[in-house]
Amino acid sequence: MFYPSSHPWVEGETLAEHLEKRGVSRRDFVAFCAELGAVLGLGSVLTPKLAKALQQAQRPSVVWLQLQECTGCVESVIRTGEPTIGNLVLDLISLDYNHTLMAAAGHAAESAMHDAMEQHRGEYLLVVTGSVPLKEDGIYTTIGGRTAKEILEEAAEGAAAIIAVGACAHWGNIQAARPNPTGAVGVSEVIRNKPVVNIAGCPPIGDVVTATVAHFLTFNRLPQLDGDGRPLFAYGKRIHDQCPRRAHFDAGQFVETFDDEAARKGWCLYRTGCKGPASFSPCPILQWNQTTSWPIGAGHPCIGCTERGFWDQMTPFYGRLPDVAGFGVEGRVDLIGGAVAAGVTAGIAAHAVATGIHRARQRRTLPVVEQSQTPKGGSHGEN
Amino acid sequence: MARTKVVVDPITRIEGHLRIEVQQENGRIADAWASSTQFRGIELIMQGRDPRDAWAFTQRICGVCTVVHAVASLRAVEDALDIRIPPNANTIRNLVHGMQFVQDHVIHFYHLHALDWVDVVSALSANPDGTARIARSISPWPNNSATYFRGVQDRVRRFVESGQLGIFTNGYWGHPAYKLPPEVNLLAVAHYLEALDWQRDVIRLHTIFGGKNPHPNFVVGGMASAINLDGTATINAARLTDIQGMITRALQFVEQVYWPDLLAVASFYKEWASIGGGVGNYLTPGEFPEDDVRNVDSLYFPRGIIVGKNLSEVLPYDHMKVKEYITHSWYEYDGGDGVGLHPYEGETKARYTGPPTPWEYLQEEDKYTWMKAPRYDDMPMEVGPLARALVAYASGHEGVQELANEALGRLEVGPEALFSTLGRTAARGIETVLLARRMEQWFNDLITRVRAGDTATFTKDSWDPSTWPATAQGYGYLDAPRGSLGHWVQIENGKISRYQCVVPSTWNCSPRDGQGQMGPYEAALTDNHPLVDPERPIEILRTIHSFDPCMACGVHVLDANGGLVTEVKVQ
Repeated sequence: MFYPSSHPWVEGETLAEHLEKRGVSRRDFVAFCAELGAVLGLGSVLTPKLAKALQQAQRPSVVWLQLQECTGCVESVIRTGEPTIGNLVLDLISLDYNHTLMAAAGHAAESAMHDAMEQHRGEYLLVVTGSVPLKEDGIYTTIGGRTAKEILEEAAEGAAAIIAVGACAHWGNIQAARPNPTGAVGVSEVIRNKPVVNIAGCPPIGDVVTATVAHFLTFNRLPQLDGDGRPLFAYGKRIHDQCPRRAHFDAGQFVETFDDEAARKGWCLYRTGCKGPASFSPCPILQWNQTTSWPIGAGHPCIGCTERGFWDQMTPFYGRLPDVAGFGVEGRVDLIGGAVAAGVTAGIAAHAVATGIHRARQRRTLPVVEQSQTPKGGSHGEN
Repeated sequence: MARTKVVVDPITRIEGHLRIEVQQENGRIADAWASSTQFRGIELIMQGRDPRDAWAFTQRICGVCTVVHAVASLRAVEDALDIRIPPNANTIRNLVHGMQFVQDHVIHFYHLHALDWVDVVSALSANPDGTARIARSISPWPNNSATYFRGVQDRVRRFVESGQLGIFTNGYWGHPAYKLPPEVNLLAVAHYLEALDWQRDVIRLHTIFGGKNPHPNFVVGGMASAINLDGTATINAARLTDIQGMITRALQFVEQVYWPDLLAVASFYKEWASIGGGVGNYLTPGEFPEDDVRNVDSLYFPRGIIVGKNLSEVLPYDHMKVKEYITHSWYEYDGGDGVGLHPYEGETKARYTGPPTPWEYLQEEDKYTWMKAPRYDDMPMEVGPLARALVAYASGHEGVQELANEALGRLEVGPEALFSTLGRTAARGIETVLLARRMEQWFNDLITRVRAGDTATFTKDSWDPSTWPATAQGYGYLDAPRGSLGHWVQIENGKISRYQCVVPSTWNCSPRDGQGQMGPYEAALTDNHPLVDPERPIEILRTIHSFDPCMACGVHVLDANGGLVTEVKVQ
C-alpha cells in the first residue's frame, strides 16, 4: 500500500490531475469508484460523489507505528488489491514513517517521524500495528530507547484520526491471550480521548485498511463503527451469513474430517470447528490476496480471528461452537438435517433467525466445547 | 585516538525491534552489542492448549516468515503423536515453504537490503540508454528498453522534486559508501518497483492452499485443502493452473531479474567480501524433506555443522548439544547466570535489570537484551542462507556448488569470500534460484500422484485425542529463510504441558555468553568493519541487513514449572 508508486503522486497535484498524467481515463476511474463504493457498502447513487471527492484529495501524511507485533499486518497491507488502479488509491497517502520500509534508521528515522508530526500537526493519519505492553512500566517493547506506550501517546496527540490495524492494536491479540505475560492491550485502552478505528483480524485483509483510509479522505470522517470500533462496512455481518458453503449448513451437509468425501465436495466446515457463526468479517466477500481465496474456501474452518479474545474464546479451534447466536445449533443442525429429507423449511427458518438475531456482546460469551469423540447424530442429510 | 559510542535504534527495514550499539574508533568498529527490545511471551501462552492448535499460535510469532513456525509446530506435534502425513501433504508444504523462501528473499533483497547499496537519488543522473545496455547485457528480461527506464527515471524525478519523500525521507543519499554508477542505480530502482507487484502475485500460492497470506492455515496430519479435480471449492485444475503460472513467474523473475541484479550490484562492492564475516561457525538442520520428514537423508538442503570456517569437514548436527545462556539477557535461572540449559530443561523468568527509559546507552557489561544466547557445543553459530550454502557446498551439493562457483567466478574471488557480508547476500540468492527451480519439480510430483489417483492430503490417524498416550513429546526441526528453527512440544493428558522454540534470530542476534563470546551480529560488526560517519551508519545497516533480522521470532519465554523432562527423540 505504501510503497512508492511507480507513478508518484506529487504534492499539490489533485488525484484527477495525477490520474490524467498516468493515462487513466475518467471512465476507468468512475468504474473503480463504483467498486470501491461497493466495498464501502455505499449505493451506486453515491459513486459520483465518491469520485469527485477522491479527485480533489491531496496526499495526507501518514505516520505508521509498529509496536509489539509480528509485522504480519504490514505484510498484509502491501499485498492489497487490484494490480493497477487499486495502486492509485494506495497512493492516497505520503508514508512518512514506517519501520519496515523506510530508508533511514536510528536518529534519522526518528527525526523523520518528528518532522512529519510537527509539519502536519492535527492533520496526519496515525496508523498503529501492534499492542502496547503495560506491565513493568512498558519495558517489554522499546523503540529508540522509549516505551511503546510513550511513543503511542506522543503520536496520538497530534493525529487527525487513529486507525488501529490488526488484532494486536485492536485488543492485544496473542500477547494478551491467557495469561498475558506482558500486560498487552490495544490502542483504544491507551488512547481514550480520541476515536480509534479497529481494523480487526490476525491479520486483517489489506483492502479493508485501504477502504477505511479512502473513506476518511472522501467524507472527512471515519466510517460508522460497531460496538467494538470496527467499521460496519467490513464487519457488519457474520461470516456464517455470507458464506458460500451456507447452503450445505442449511442442508445438513457437513465435513466430518479433513479430506473426507464431504471435504472433497466443498461442504460445510461447522463440524470441524468453524467459528464462522460467531465471527464478523468481510472474508467471504472481499477474500484474500486479490480475491484469490479465503480460509473456508481453502478447506479450513474459520478460527474467528476478527473477534476480541479469540485465542481464549474460540479455542480449541477444532472444537464445535455449541450454539449460534443464542439458539442451540447442535440440536438445530440435526433437526435441519432431518428436515432435509422432508423439505427445506427448517433450513430457511434457521437462516432467517441466524441472520437477524446476533448481538456483538453476546457472541463473546459463547463457550467452545471439546469436539466429541464420536460424531453426533447420523441424520445429517449426506447421501 | 577518536572513540565514539554510536547507537542505531531503531534498525529499520527489518522485522521487529533491534538496537545496535557500537564503539567506533578511527573509522572502524572496535566493539558492538546487539539488543532485541521487544518481548511477547508466546510460549508461556501455549500452556494447557490443544496441541492441534499449536501451529496457529506459534505462527503468530512472525508475520514475515509466516509459514515457518506453523510448519515447525506441525512437525513437532506429528513427531510426538507419530503421525505420518500423506506424500501430497508433504509436497504441498514444500511448495508453500518454498514460495515463502523465494518471495521472502526477493523482498529482502529489493525492499529491505537494496537501499543500503542503491542510491535512489543518484538514479536521476543516469543515462537511460546506458541502463538499457547494461540490462540487456545481463538478462533477457523483457522490460529492458531505454524508454522504459526513462519512464521510471521521470517518475522518480517527480517524486524527489515533490518534496514529499515518504519512506525515502532522511535516507543516506550521496554517502560516499554508495559505489554504483547512476545507470545501475536506475536499474535497481526500476526492479525495486517491479518486485512490488511480483511479490503480491506469487504469494497467492499460499492463499490457494492455506486460504490467506500472511498466516495461511495448516492442519496437524496434512493440509486442509482437499484435492478434487471436479470440485468447485477444492484444489482443481483451475487452481493447479494458477499455481503453475505463479511458479513459472517466480522462476522467471528470480533467474532474469533478481540473480543478475545481485551479481551486478555485488561486482561494485567486492570489498564487502572481506568485511563482516563473524563467528565462522555455521549450523543448519537441513530442509525440504522429499520423503517423510523423519528421513533426513531426503532433505534437499543437507544438515550439518561447520566449525572455524573449515569447509573440508561437515560435522553431524545433534540438537542435544544446544544450550541457552542468559548471562547478558534480561532473564534469570534458578541455577544462576553461569549455567547453560538445553531447551528441554529450559526455564525463563523475565527480569528486566536495564536502565530506566528513555535509554541513553545500555549497560553492556551487564545484561542488555531480551535475546538469550544459544550455543552449540558451547560455540556461537551463524544460521541462515550462508550456513545452508556452506554446508551444502562442503557436502558436495551440485546445485549450490554450480551457482556458488558462478558467483565467485563473476566476482573474481575465492571461496573464502563467502565468509562475509557480501557472501551472506550472495548465499541468499543462490538458494532462491535453486528453490525456484525445485518448485517446478515438486509441482510435477504432485501432478504425477494426482494423475495416478492419489489425492490424499490428510491422515486422520491420531487426530482423536482419545487415541493419544498420556504423555508424549516431539521435536520439529525446520530450516527457515533466516535459519535454523526448532520447536519442542511436550503433551500431557491431551494438552500442551511445555512448548519451546529456538529460532534463527536468537542464534544470530544472540548477545555475549558467559565466556564473553560474541553473537554472530556482534562478531560480524567487529570483523574488519568500517564505520565512517556515525551520523549516517550505512555500513552497520549493510551487515545487519545481510542477516535479514527477524526480531519477533527471536524472543520467547519458557515455562519454569512445566511438565516432564525426559530424553529427547533424536531424528
